[in-house]
Amino acid sequence: MTSLIAYWNILKKDVKYYYLKPPNISWGIIFPLSWTLMQLIRSPGGSILELLPGLISMSVLFGTTSMLAVTITFERSDRSFERLLLAPISLHTMVLAKISGAIVFGILNAFVPVFFASFFVHLHEVDWKLVLPAVLMIAVTSTLLGLLIAVTAKQVFEAQTFSNLFRFPMLFLSGLFIPIKDLPRFLQPIAYCIPLTYGTDVIKGAFIGANVLSPMLSFGALSAFAIGLFIISLKNIHKKWIL
Amino acid sequence: MAFVRVSNLKKTYGDVTAVDDISFDIQKGEIFGFLGPNGAGKTSTVNMMIGLSRPTAGDVVIDGIDVRRKPKQAQAIMGIVADESNLYKDMDGFENLCFCAALYGMRKEERELRARQLLEQFRLKEAGRRPFKAYSKGMRRKLTIAAALIHSPRILFLDEPTTGIDVESSRQIREMIVKLKEQGTTVFLTTHHIEEAERICDRIAFIAKGQIVASGTVAELMQRISLDRAIHFVTGIQDDEFAFELQKNFEGSQVERKSDHSLVMRLQERLELFPVMEFFHHHGVAVYEAKELRPSLEDVFVRLTGIESSILKKEKGGGK
Repeated sequence: MTSLIAYWNILKKDVKYYYLKPPNISWGIIFPLSWTLMQLIRSPGGSILELLPGLISMSVLFGTTSMLAVTITFERSDRSFERLLLAPISLHTMVLAKISGAIVFGILNAFVPVFFASFFVHLHEVDWKLVLPAVLMIAVTSTLLGLLIAVTAKQVFEAQTFSNLFRFPMLFLSGLFIPIKDLPRFLQPIAYCIPLTYGTDVIKGAFIGANVLSPMLSFGALSAFAIGLFIISLKNIHKKWIL
Repeated sequence: MAFVRVSNLKKTYGDVTAVDDISFDIQKGEIFGFLGPNGAGKTSTVNMMIGLSRPTAGDVVIDGIDVRRKPKQAQAIMGIVADESNLYKDMDGFENLCFCAALYGMRKEERELRARQLLEQFRLKEAGRRPFKAYSKGMRRKLTIAAALIHSPRILFLDEPTTGIDVESSRQIREMIVKLKEQGTTVFLTTHHIEEAERICDRIAFIAKGQIVASGTVAELMQRISLDRAIHFVTGIQDDEFAFELQKNFEGSQVERKSDHSLVMRLQERLELFPVMEFFHHHGVAVYEAKELRPSLEDVFVRLTGIESSILKKEKGGGK
């Protein structure tokens, strides 16, 4: 019960004091919106349905990674994070509470492009039963990547720099804009080491039936990434935060 | 059985030994002062005791709980006040206390009731709905201590609780520490303020270069060193020659003339007053007051650690 109460209150605090702050709300809307408009202006003849999977994935990736890394690094720099480390709750509970806020934020970000797209195209043929879990899994894995950064970074600007260091290559390697088969041969194996690749593939399948892998395989890979990243993050936390 | 048992605790960071094989016990309901200069190993010791750092060697057992093996179980009975106020700046006082209570699994009604009680107790009721970032330094300190007491801990770790805050808040905090002791809470107090430790601690340990140099009650620590005996005489003269004569007449003494018509006479042995007074009388020097100068805990600290108290005082303003 202690864990549950603590979990819920950490999550509530993060949502209220970080994620629901006006700059984050506006950023969460403006960022996906500007990407959507940019893509539409750049290729006016292009299908919105073809653009949406990439935009959804990107919105989740950017929303989750930066927010979690920044909030944790911020709390660590003003030492309020010590309160969580010293609370009589397991590290698992604390980490789950911290990542839950970012996951929810990422999921909400994902549906900003969907909301705007719904004014232009019919989305009733989209297989939402696949989209929803795929968005969730992208949010989970991206958040855990953000956690890895948070453990490494000491300052907020470091967290932002590290985030960009891996986010931008991921955009080009995960099949968001360039199909993996069109990448140079030596880069193709790297694409399959990125969780975003699998999430995007499922969403592409759900929107336009253009998936390369079977959804089952993609969800399996995403689950494996999530578990692996969670374990690595916990080990890193033990190593770097409990000195 | 000791409430806290620290045995052969050691912490190294690469080649640097921050804490070097220290051991001490703390009894239940005791205020234990932990004194030392910057870099002496105070924070490293505390961090190992509260489970925020892993010992290189040694054990910490608090109320029968091995902190190394069951840190979360031990943290449930601890209240921890860091040297900096580390509450959430955007939350108000009441929300901060309620959030801290939630971390200990307290239910909504229970945590709100306790938060109100503590705001009242710490005279922060009026400021309860103001954001923490708008608090004065003294108020921040008090709220941070209140947050550490939210779950009624059995042991309270206080790191420099009165450093850099106003006199009134310091006084209130000291009163609160004494009250907690009366209620049976054990207090581990890390401080630079020797006078504060002398005033409220039941026992004190001096740490320097990662080692416990001495520990005991203030009286026991005083006995650990044989300081000179000194008598302060308030006289009616200001005469260097008389001071020299006095020193010459009493073998082994050292006489220092002060600017305020007084003399300080130091001896290794206990001084018999009558011959000295007779000497004064014989030379026609009136004595208005004579009192023994007792060594302070600060003298003991300086003697045992070899660290000048001025260095320690300079550090009071800064961090640890």
